[in-house]
Amino acid sequence: MIEYLNIIFLETYKILFLLVPVLTAVAMIVWLDRRVWAFVQKRRGPNVVGPFGLFQSLADALKYLFKEIIIPASSNKIIFILAPVVTMTLALIAWAVIPFNENFVIADINVGILYIFAVSSLGVYGIIMGGWASNSKYPFLGAIRSAAQMVSYEVSIGVIIINVLLCVGSLNLTDIVLAQENLWFVIPLFPMFVIFFISALAETNRPPFDLPEAEAELVAGYQTEYSGMMYAMFWLGEYANILLMCALGSILFLGGWLSPIDAFPFNFIPDSLWLIFKMLFLFILFALVKAIVPRYRYDQLMKLGWKIFLPLSLIWVVITASYLFYFDLLPENKL
Amino acid sequence: MKITRFLKTIFMLDFLSGLLIAIKEIFKEKKTINYPFEKGKISPRFRGEHALRRYPNGEERCIACKLCEAVCPAQAITIESTERSDGSRKTTRYDIDMMKCIYCGLCEESCPVDAIVQGPNFEFSTETREELYYNKEKLLDNGDRWESILSANIRADKAYR
Repeated sequence: MIEYLNIIFLETYKILFLLVPVLTAVAMIVWLDRRVWAFVQKRRGPNVVGPFGLFQSLADALKYLFKEIIIPASSNKIIFILAPVVTMTLALIAWAVIPFNENFVIADINVGILYIFAVSSLGVYGIIMGGWASNSKYPFLGAIRSAAQMVSYEVSIGVIIINVLLCVGSLNLTDIVLAQENLWFVIPLFPMFVIFFISALAETNRPPFDLPEAEAELVAGYQTEYSGMMYAMFWLGEYANILLMCALGSILFLGGWLSPIDAFPFNFIPDSLWLIFKMLFLFILFALVKAIVPRYRYDQLMKLGWKIFLPLSLIWVVITASYLFYFDLLPENKL
Repeated sequence: MKITRFLKTIFMLDFLSGLLIAIKEIFKEKKTINYPFEKGKISPRFRGEHALRRYPNGEERCIACKLCEAVCPAQAITIESTERSDGSRKTTRYDIDMMKCIYCGLCEESCPVDAIVQGPNFEFSTETREELYYNKEKLLDNGDRWESILSANIRADKAYR
Protein backbone atom coordinates (compact mmCIF):
# COMPACT_ATOMS: atom_id res chain seq x y z
CA MET A 1 0.00 0.00 0.00
CA ILE A 2 2.70 2.46 1.04
CA GLU A 3 4.70 1.52 -2.02
CA TYR A 4 1.68 2.16 -4.21
CA LEU A 5 1.11 5.60 -2.67
CA ASN A 6 4.76 6.35 -3.13
CA ILE A 7 4.54 5.65 -6.84
CA ILE A 8 1.45 7.85 -7.19
CA PHE A 9 3.19 10.64 -5.30
CA LEU A 10 6.31 10.36 -7.45
CA GLU A 11 4.34 10.38 -10.68
CA THR A 12 2.25 13.35 -9.58
CA TYR A 13 5.44 15.17 -8.68
CA LYS A 14 6.87 14.39 -12.11
CA ILE A 15 3.72 15.54 -13.88
CA LEU A 16 3.64 18.79 -11.92
CA PHE A 17 7.31 19.25 -12.67
CA LEU A 18 6.43 19.15 -16.36
CA LEU A 19 3.03 20.85 -16.44
CA VAL A 20 3.87 23.91 -14.39
CA PRO A 21 6.80 24.89 -16.65
CA VAL A 22 4.72 24.11 -19.74
CA LEU A 23 1.86 26.33 -18.61
CA THR A 24 4.28 29.09 -17.63
CA ALA A 25 5.94 28.71 -21.01
CA VAL A 26 2.56 29.01 -22.69
CA ALA A 27 1.95 32.29 -20.89
CA MET A 28 5.41 33.49 -21.89
CA ILE A 29 5.06 32.57 -25.55
CA VAL A 30 1.76 34.43 -25.79
CA TRP A 31 3.75 37.46 -24.69
CA LEU A 32 6.59 36.61 -27.09
CA ASP A 33 4.14 36.16 -29.94
CA ARG A 34 2.56 39.58 -29.39
CA ARG A 35 5.93 41.18 -28.88
CA VAL A 36 7.51 39.77 -32.07
CA TRP A 37 4.41 40.69 -34.02
CA ALA A 38 4.57 44.23 -32.66
CA PHE A 39 8.30 44.56 -33.35
CA VAL A 40 7.94 43.54 -36.99
CA GLN A 41 5.29 46.24 -37.34
CA LYS A 42 7.55 48.73 -35.52
CA ARG A 43 5.23 48.87 -32.54
CA ARG A 44 6.23 48.27 -28.93
CA GLY A 45 3.85 45.53 -27.92
CA PRO A 46 2.98 44.74 -24.32
CA ASN A 47 5.73 46.35 -22.22
CA VAL A 48 4.07 47.71 -19.10
CA VAL A 49 3.29 44.79 -16.77
CA GLY A 50 6.52 43.57 -15.21
CA PRO A 51 9.97 43.74 -16.83
CA PHE A 52 9.52 44.13 -20.61
CA GLY A 53 5.84 43.35 -20.07
CA LEU A 54 6.67 39.73 -19.26
CA PHE A 55 3.73 39.39 -16.87
CA GLN A 56 1.19 40.61 -19.40
CA SER A 57 -0.23 37.10 -19.87
CA LEU A 58 -0.58 36.64 -16.12
CA ALA A 59 -2.46 39.92 -15.90
CA ASP A 60 -4.67 38.79 -18.78
CA ALA A 61 -5.31 35.46 -17.08
CA LEU A 62 -6.29 37.29 -13.90
CA LYS A 63 -8.64 39.46 -15.91
CA TYR A 64 -10.25 36.41 -17.51
CA LEU A 65 -10.71 34.84 -14.08
CA PHE A 66 -12.82 37.77 -12.90
CA LYS A 67 -14.89 38.01 -16.08
CA GLU A 68 -18.38 36.66 -16.23
CA ILE A 69 -18.86 33.40 -18.09
CA ILE A 70 -21.78 33.84 -20.44
CA ILE A 71 -23.47 30.66 -21.66
CA PRO A 72 -25.81 31.24 -24.61
CA ALA A 73 -29.41 30.29 -23.82
CA SER A 74 -29.79 28.14 -26.93
CA SER A 75 -26.49 26.31 -26.52
CA ASN A 76 -26.01 22.72 -25.51
CA LYS A 77 -24.69 23.59 -22.08
CA ILE A 78 -22.85 20.41 -21.18
CA ILE A 79 -20.93 20.21 -24.45
CA PHE A 80 -20.43 23.96 -24.42
CA ILE A 81 -18.67 23.77 -21.08
CA LEU A 82 -16.85 20.56 -21.96
CA ALA A 83 -15.31 21.87 -25.20
CA PRO A 84 -12.59 24.15 -23.76
CA VAL A 85 -11.82 21.53 -21.11
CA VAL A 86 -11.30 18.90 -23.82
CA THR A 87 -9.15 21.25 -25.89
CA MET A 88 -6.89 22.13 -23.00
CA THR A 89 -6.64 18.62 -21.61
CA LEU A 90 -5.72 17.18 -25.00
CA ALA A 91 -3.16 19.91 -25.55
CA LEU A 92 -1.55 19.11 -22.22
CA ILE A 93 -1.61 15.29 -22.13
CA ALA A 94 0.42 15.11 -25.34
CA TRP A 95 3.36 16.48 -23.35
CA ALA A 96 3.60 13.19 -21.47
CA VAL A 97 5.80 11.63 -24.14
CA ILE A 98 7.99 14.62 -25.01
CA PRO A 99 11.53 13.83 -23.81
CA PHE A 100 13.39 16.82 -22.39
CA ASN A 101 16.58 14.84 -22.07
CA GLU A 102 17.61 11.25 -22.17
CA ASN A 103 16.08 10.48 -18.78
CA PHE A 104 13.34 13.02 -18.25
CA VAL A 105 10.16 11.85 -19.93
CA ILE A 106 6.96 11.07 -18.05
CA ALA A 107 5.82 8.15 -20.19
CA ASP A 108 8.61 6.48 -22.14
CA ILE A 109 6.23 4.44 -24.30
CA ASN A 110 7.40 2.72 -27.45
CA VAL A 111 4.71 4.28 -29.66
CA GLY A 112 5.27 7.86 -28.51
CA ILE A 113 4.87 9.42 -31.92
CA LEU A 114 1.61 7.57 -32.55
CA TYR A 115 0.36 8.73 -29.18
CA ILE A 116 1.07 12.37 -30.03
CA PHE A 117 -0.55 11.90 -33.40
CA ALA A 118 -3.66 10.36 -31.87
CA VAL A 119 -3.97 13.09 -29.26
CA SER A 120 -3.53 15.90 -31.74
CA SER A 121 -6.16 14.29 -33.98
CA LEU A 122 -8.53 14.25 -31.03
CA GLY A 123 -7.85 17.97 -30.63
CA VAL A 124 -10.31 18.57 -33.45
CA TYR A 125 -13.11 17.38 -31.18
CA GLY A 126 -12.66 20.24 -28.74
CA ILE A 127 -13.10 22.72 -31.54
CA ILE A 128 -16.04 20.93 -33.17
CA MET A 129 -17.77 20.58 -29.81
CA GLY A 130 -17.24 24.26 -29.08
CA GLY A 131 -18.49 25.32 -32.50
CA TRP A 132 -21.48 23.04 -32.57
CA ALA A 133 -22.62 23.52 -28.97
CA SER A 134 -22.59 27.31 -29.32
CA ASN A 135 -25.58 26.97 -31.66
CA SER A 136 -24.64 30.08 -33.57
CA LYS A 137 -23.54 30.55 -37.17
CA TYR A 138 -20.03 31.95 -36.84
CA PRO A 139 -18.76 29.35 -34.37
CA PHE A 140 -20.34 26.63 -36.49
CA LEU A 141 -18.67 27.79 -39.71
CA GLY A 142 -15.38 28.27 -37.89
CA ALA A 143 -15.54 24.78 -36.41
CA ILE A 144 -16.30 23.21 -39.79
CA ARG A 145 -13.41 25.04 -41.39
CA SER A 146 -11.10 24.13 -38.57
CA ALA A 147 -12.04 20.45 -38.63
CA ALA A 148 -11.58 20.14 -42.39
CA GLN A 149 -8.29 21.98 -42.23
CA MET A 150 -6.82 20.02 -39.34
CA VAL A 151 -7.82 16.68 -40.82
CA SER A 152 -6.31 17.58 -44.20
CA TYR A 153 -3.00 18.69 -42.83
CA GLU A 154 -2.74 15.87 -40.36
CA VAL A 155 -2.53 13.53 -43.33
CA SER A 156 0.57 15.19 -44.73
CA ILE A 157 2.12 15.51 -41.26
CA GLY A 158 1.60 11.78 -40.83
CA VAL A 159 3.34 11.03 -44.11
CA ILE A 160 6.20 13.37 -43.20
CA ILE A 161 6.62 11.58 -39.90
CA ILE A 162 6.88 8.29 -41.82
CA ASN A 163 9.98 9.75 -43.49
CA VAL A 164 11.60 10.30 -40.14
CA LEU A 165 10.49 6.92 -38.83
CA LEU A 166 12.05 5.21 -41.84
CA CYS A 167 15.38 6.71 -40.87
CA VAL A 168 15.00 5.84 -37.19
CA GLY A 169 13.31 2.47 -37.11
CA SER A 170 11.48 3.25 -33.86
CA LEU A 171 8.35 5.11 -32.78
CA ASN A 172 9.86 6.10 -29.44
CA LEU A 173 10.67 9.81 -29.28
CA THR A 174 13.83 9.24 -27.25
CA ASP A 175 15.09 6.83 -29.93
CA ILE A 176 14.22 9.37 -32.61
CA VAL A 177 16.41 11.95 -30.92
CA LEU A 178 19.26 9.50 -30.28
CA ALA A 179 19.23 8.48 -33.95
CA GLN A 180 20.16 12.08 -34.81
CA GLU A 181 23.39 12.07 -32.85
CA ASN A 182 25.53 12.20 -35.99
CA LEU A 183 23.26 14.10 -38.35
CA TRP A 184 20.09 16.04 -37.62
CA PHE A 185 17.26 14.97 -39.89
CA VAL A 186 16.74 18.57 -40.95
CA ILE A 187 19.70 18.20 -43.34
CA PRO A 188 18.79 15.05 -45.33
CA LEU A 189 15.05 15.70 -45.03
CA PHE A 190 15.08 19.47 -45.44
CA PRO A 191 12.07 19.71 -47.81
CA MET A 192 10.10 17.60 -45.37
CA PHE A 193 11.06 19.95 -42.54
CA VAL A 194 9.68 22.90 -44.51
CA ILE A 195 6.46 21.07 -45.29
CA PHE A 196 6.20 19.95 -41.67
CA PHE A 197 6.58 23.54 -40.52
CA ILE A 198 3.89 24.81 -42.88
CA SER A 199 1.58 21.93 -42.00
CA ALA A 200 2.15 22.67 -38.33
CA LEU A 201 1.01 26.23 -38.97
CA ALA A 202 -2.17 24.88 -40.54
CA GLU A 203 -2.61 22.27 -37.84
CA THR A 204 -2.53 24.86 -35.07
CA ASN A 205 -4.71 27.38 -36.95
CA ARG A 206 -1.94 29.93 -37.14
CA PRO A 207 -1.73 32.58 -39.84
CA PRO A 208 -1.66 32.27 -42.87
CA PHE A 209 -4.06 29.40 -42.18
CA ASP A 210 -6.12 31.04 -39.45
CA LEU A 211 -9.35 30.73 -41.40
CA PRO A 212 -11.26 29.19 -38.47
CA GLU A 213 -10.71 32.39 -36.52
CA ALA A 214 -10.72 34.83 -39.43
CA GLU A 215 -11.82 38.00 -37.67
CA ALA A 216 -13.10 39.74 -40.75
CA GLU A 217 -15.39 36.89 -41.77
CA LEU A 218 -16.19 34.84 -38.70
CA VAL A 219 -15.74 37.23 -35.75
CA ALA A 220 -13.61 34.74 -33.80
CA GLY A 221 -14.69 31.41 -35.26
CA TYR A 222 -15.49 28.73 -32.72
CA GLN A 223 -14.50 31.02 -29.84
CA THR A 224 -17.13 33.64 -30.60
CA GLU A 225 -19.62 32.67 -27.89
CA TYR A 226 -17.00 31.97 -25.24
CA SER A 227 -16.07 34.36 -22.49
CA GLY A 228 -14.11 34.55 -19.29
CA MET A 229 -12.06 31.58 -18.15
CA MET A 230 -13.53 29.29 -20.80
CA TYR A 231 -12.17 31.51 -23.53
CA ALA A 232 -8.83 31.61 -21.73
CA MET A 233 -8.79 27.81 -21.66
CA PHE A 234 -9.30 27.66 -25.42
CA TRP A 235 -6.46 30.10 -25.75
CA LEU A 236 -4.18 28.14 -23.45
CA GLY A 237 -4.98 24.96 -25.34
CA GLU A 238 -4.23 26.61 -28.64
CA TYR A 239 -0.87 27.93 -27.53
CA ALA A 240 0.00 24.68 -25.76
CA ASN A 241 -0.66 22.98 -29.10
CA ILE A 242 1.61 25.45 -30.87
CA LEU A 243 4.33 24.80 -28.33
CA LEU A 244 3.80 21.07 -28.76
CA MET A 245 4.23 21.41 -32.52
CA CYS A 246 7.45 23.36 -31.91
CA ALA A 247 8.66 20.59 -29.59
CA LEU A 248 7.71 17.94 -32.14
CA GLY A 249 9.49 19.83 -34.91
CA SER A 250 12.66 20.12 -32.87
CA ILE A 251 12.55 16.47 -31.81
CA LEU A 252 11.83 15.09 -35.27
CA PHE A 253 14.14 17.32 -37.28
CA LEU A 254 16.38 19.48 -35.10
CA GLY A 255 17.89 16.80 -32.90
CA GLY A 256 15.77 17.32 -29.77
CA TRP A 257 17.98 17.93 -26.76
CA LEU A 258 21.26 17.27 -28.63
CA SER A 259 23.66 20.18 -28.87
CA PRO A 260 24.60 21.18 -32.42
CA ILE A 261 28.32 20.53 -31.89
CA ASP A 262 29.55 18.09 -29.27
CA ALA A 263 32.33 20.42 -28.12
CA PHE A 264 33.08 22.40 -24.95
CA PRO A 265 30.95 25.57 -24.94
CA PHE A 266 27.99 23.77 -26.47
CA ASN A 267 27.81 20.54 -24.53
CA PHE A 268 28.27 22.47 -21.29
CA ILE A 269 24.72 23.80 -21.63
CA PRO A 270 22.19 21.37 -20.10
CA ASP A 271 20.38 19.09 -22.56
CA SER A 272 16.85 20.27 -21.82
CA LEU A 273 17.95 23.86 -22.41
CA TRP A 274 18.92 22.93 -25.97
CA LEU A 275 15.44 21.60 -26.60
CA ILE A 276 13.99 24.82 -25.21
CA PHE A 277 16.26 26.90 -27.46
CA LYS A 278 15.15 24.93 -30.50
CA MET A 279 11.49 25.26 -29.56
CA LEU A 280 11.99 28.99 -29.08
CA PHE A 281 13.65 29.27 -32.47
CA LEU A 282 10.73 27.49 -34.13
CA PHE A 283 8.22 29.57 -32.20
CA ILE A 284 9.86 32.83 -33.22
CA LEU A 285 9.57 31.59 -36.81
CA PHE A 286 5.88 30.94 -36.14
CA ALA A 287 5.49 34.47 -34.82
CA LEU A 288 7.42 36.04 -37.71
CA VAL A 289 5.31 34.17 -40.24
CA LYS A 290 2.21 35.47 -38.50
CA ALA A 291 3.47 39.01 -38.98
CA ILE A 292 4.37 38.80 -42.68
CA VAL A 293 1.80 36.67 -44.47
CA PRO A 294 -1.75 37.41 -45.60
CA ARG A 295 -4.46 34.83 -45.01
CA TYR A 296 -5.06 32.02 -47.50
CA ARG A 297 -8.36 31.57 -49.26
CA TYR A 298 -10.11 28.37 -48.21
CA ASP A 299 -9.86 26.60 -51.59
CA GLN A 300 -6.17 27.55 -51.78
CA LEU A 301 -5.66 26.04 -48.35
CA MET A 302 -7.28 22.76 -49.38
CA LYS A 303 -5.40 22.74 -52.67
CA LEU A 304 -2.09 23.25 -50.87
CA GLY A 305 -2.83 20.46 -48.44
CA TRP A 306 -4.20 17.77 -50.75
CA LYS A 307 -2.69 18.54 -54.15
CA ILE A 308 0.79 19.72 -53.22
CA PHE A 309 1.88 18.65 -49.75
CA LEU A 310 0.38 15.17 -49.74
CA PRO A 311 1.84 14.03 -53.11
CA LEU A 312 5.15 15.74 -52.34
CA SER A 313 5.56 14.02 -48.99
CA LEU A 314 4.43 10.69 -50.46
CA ILE A 315 7.04 10.98 -53.22
CA TRP A 316 9.61 11.82 -50.59
CA VAL A 317 8.69 8.70 -48.64
CA VAL A 318 9.44 6.65 -51.77
CA ILE A 319 12.73 8.52 -52.27
CA THR A 320 13.80 8.07 -48.65
CA ALA A 321 12.85 4.42 -48.61
CA SER A 322 14.61 3.70 -51.90
CA TYR A 323 17.72 5.54 -50.80
CA LEU A 324 17.89 3.73 -47.49
CA PHE A 325 17.23 0.38 -49.14
CA TYR A 326 19.68 0.88 -52.02
CA PHE A 327 22.55 1.99 -49.81
CA ASP A 328 21.65 -0.60 -47.19
CA LEU A 329 21.18 2.07 -44.50
CA LEU A 330 17.92 0.73 -43.11
CA PRO A 331 17.99 0.74 -39.29
CA GLU A 332 17.69 -2.68 -37.69
CA ASN A 333 14.18 -3.36 -36.51
CA LYS A 334 14.01 -2.08 -32.94
CA LEU A 335 10.29 -2.67 -32.44
CA MET B 1 9.09 33.22 -67.30
CA LYS B 2 7.02 30.30 -66.12
CA ILE B 3 10.12 28.42 -65.03
CA THR B 4 11.37 31.31 -62.87
CA ARG B 5 7.92 31.57 -61.35
CA PHE B 6 7.95 27.82 -60.64
CA LEU B 7 11.41 27.95 -59.08
CA LYS B 8 10.38 30.93 -56.97
CA THR B 9 7.42 28.95 -55.67
CA ILE B 10 9.41 25.79 -55.02
CA PHE B 11 12.16 27.53 -53.06
CA MET B 12 9.71 30.01 -51.50
CA LEU B 13 11.95 32.92 -52.46
CA ASP B 14 9.24 35.55 -52.01
CA PHE B 15 8.46 34.18 -48.59
CA LEU B 16 12.14 34.14 -47.58
CA SER B 17 12.71 37.72 -48.73
CA GLY B 18 9.62 38.70 -46.78
CA LEU B 19 11.00 36.98 -43.72
CA LEU B 20 14.30 38.81 -44.16
CA ILE B 21 12.50 42.16 -44.34
CA ALA B 22 10.56 41.26 -41.20
CA ILE B 23 13.78 40.45 -39.34
CA LYS B 24 15.34 43.72 -40.50
CA GLU B 25 12.30 45.70 -39.38
CA ILE B 26 12.55 44.26 -35.87
CA PHE B 27 15.75 46.19 -35.20
CA LYS B 28 14.56 49.49 -36.62
CA GLU B 29 13.37 52.41 -34.54
CA LYS B 30 9.84 52.11 -33.23
CA LYS B 31 7.23 54.35 -34.78
CA THR B 32 4.93 54.36 -31.76
CA ILE B 33 5.44 56.10 -28.42
CA ASN B 34 5.19 54.66 -24.96
CA TYR B 35 1.87 56.41 -24.42
CA PRO B 36 1.05 56.92 -20.77
CA PHE B 37 4.70 57.71 -20.08
CA GLU B 38 5.52 59.54 -23.29
CA LYS B 39 3.17 61.84 -25.12
CA GLY B 40 3.11 63.08 -28.66
CA LYS B 41 3.50 66.74 -29.57
CA ILE B 42 0.24 68.68 -29.71
CA SER B 43 -0.41 71.60 -32.06
CA PRO B 44 -1.47 74.95 -30.55
CA ARG B 45 -4.69 74.54 -32.52
CA PHE B 46 -5.51 71.23 -30.85
CA ARG B 47 -9.17 71.04 -29.92
CA GLY B 48 -9.36 69.23 -26.61
CA GLU B 49 -11.21 69.83 -23.37
CA HIS B 50 -13.07 73.13 -23.08
CA ALA B 51 -12.18 75.94 -20.69
CA LEU B 52 -13.61 79.35 -19.83
CA ARG B 53 -10.91 81.97 -19.44
CA ARG B 54 -10.61 85.01 -17.20
CA TYR B 55 -8.96 88.40 -17.59
CA PRO B 56 -5.73 88.86 -15.64
CA ASN B 57 -7.66 90.77 -12.97
CA GLY B 58 -9.87 87.77 -12.32
CA GLU B 59 -12.95 88.99 -14.20
CA GLU B 60 -14.68 86.41 -16.39
CA ARG B 61 -14.18 87.06 -20.07
CA CYS B 62 -17.55 85.66 -21.13
CA ILE B 63 -20.10 88.39 -21.94
CA ALA B 64 -23.00 85.98 -22.51
CA CYS B 65 -23.41 86.93 -26.17
CA LYS B 66 -24.50 83.34 -26.82
CA LEU B 67 -22.73 83.18 -30.17
CA CYS B 68 -21.20 79.85 -29.21
CA GLU B 69 -24.59 78.50 -28.19
CA ALA B 70 -25.99 79.59 -31.54
CA VAL B 71 -23.14 78.23 -33.64
CA CYS B 72 -22.78 74.91 -31.86
CA PRO B 73 -23.79 72.29 -34.43
CA ALA B 74 -24.40 69.64 -31.79
CA GLN B 75 -26.31 72.05 -29.56
CA ALA B 76 -24.18 70.99 -26.64
CA ILE B 77 -23.97 74.45 -25.03
CA THR B 78 -26.66 75.95 -22.78
CA ILE B 79 -26.31 79.53 -21.54
CA GLU B 80 -28.48 81.63 -19.22
CA SER B 81 -27.58 85.20 -18.34
CA THR B 82 -28.65 88.20 -16.22
CA GLU B 83 -27.52 91.76 -15.76
CA ARG B 84 -25.10 92.10 -12.92
CA SER B 85 -25.35 94.93 -10.35
CA ASP B 86 -22.61 96.93 -12.14
CA GLY B 87 -24.61 96.83 -15.38
CA SER B 88 -22.52 94.22 -17.24
CA ARG B 89 -24.13 91.14 -18.75
CA LYS B 90 -22.78 87.91 -17.28
CA THR B 91 -23.73 84.25 -17.46
CA THR B 92 -25.50 82.56 -14.61
CA ARG B 93 -25.26 79.20 -16.30
CA TYR B 94 -22.80 77.89 -18.84
CA ASP B 95 -23.16 74.17 -19.43
CA ILE B 96 -21.46 72.00 -22.02
CA ASP B 97 -22.60 68.46 -22.57
CA MET B 98 -19.23 66.94 -23.38
CA MET B 99 -20.87 63.84 -24.83
CA LYS B 100 -22.85 65.85 -27.37
CA CYS B 101 -19.83 67.96 -28.26
CA ILE B 102 -18.15 67.01 -31.51
CA TYR B 103 -15.01 69.04 -30.81
CA CYS B 104 -15.36 71.09 -34.02
CA GLY B 105 -13.94 74.24 -32.44
CA LEU B 106 -16.67 76.56 -33.75
CA CYS B 107 -17.43 77.88 -30.25
CA GLU B 108 -13.82 78.92 -29.86
CA GLU B 109 -13.82 80.63 -33.26
CA SER B 110 -17.11 82.43 -32.74
CA CYS B 111 -16.14 83.85 -29.35
CA PRO B 112 -15.44 87.59 -29.65
CA VAL B 113 -13.52 87.78 -26.36
CA ASP B 114 -11.59 84.48 -26.43
CA ALA B 115 -13.53 83.28 -23.42
CA ILE B 116 -14.47 79.73 -24.42
CA VAL B 117 -11.44 77.88 -25.72
CA GLN B 118 -10.46 74.29 -26.33
CA GLY B 119 -7.30 73.40 -24.52
CA PRO B 120 -4.61 70.77 -25.07
CA ASN B 121 -6.08 68.30 -22.57
CA PHE B 122 -7.56 65.17 -24.11
CA GLU B 123 -7.34 62.88 -21.08
CA PHE B 124 -10.57 63.69 -19.29
CA SER B 125 -12.40 60.39 -19.57
CA THR B 126 -14.64 59.60 -16.62
CA GLU B 127 -16.32 56.58 -15.14
CA THR B 128 -19.81 58.03 -15.11
CA ARG B 129 -21.87 59.95 -17.63
CA GLU B 130 -22.78 62.66 -15.11
CA GLU B 131 -19.18 63.76 -14.76
CA LEU B 132 -19.16 64.79 -18.41
CA TYR B 133 -21.95 67.37 -18.03
CA TYR B 134 -19.63 70.33 -17.51
CA ASN B 135 -20.99 73.40 -15.76
CA LYS B 136 -19.64 76.92 -15.47
CA GLU B 137 -17.69 76.20 -12.32
CA LYS B 138 -15.87 73.26 -13.90
CA LEU B 139 -15.13 75.20 -17.08
CA LEU B 140 -13.74 78.21 -15.17
CA ASP B 141 -11.67 75.85 -13.07
CA ASN B 142 -10.27 74.35 -16.25
CA GLY B 143 -9.49 77.85 -17.50
CA ASP B 144 -7.58 78.69 -14.32
CA ARG B 145 -5.66 75.43 -14.43
CA TRP B 146 -4.59 75.63 -18.08
CA GLU B 147 -4.36 79.45 -18.43
CA SER B 148 -0.63 79.66 -19.12
CA ILE B 149 -0.80 77.08 -21.92
CA LEU B 150 -4.08 78.46 -23.29
CA SER B 151 -2.80 82.01 -23.63
CA ALA B 152 0.46 80.76 -25.14
CA ASN B 153 -1.51 78.74 -27.68
CA ILE B 154 -3.69 81.69 -28.64
CA ARG B 155 -0.60 83.85 -29.10
CA ALA B 156 1.07 81.15 -31.21
CA ASP B 157 -1.96 80.79 -33.45
CA LYS B 158 -2.80 84.51 -33.70
CA ALA B 159 -0.93 85.05 -36.97
CA TYR B 160 -3.14 82.56 -38.79
CA ARG B 161 -6.52 83.78 -37.56
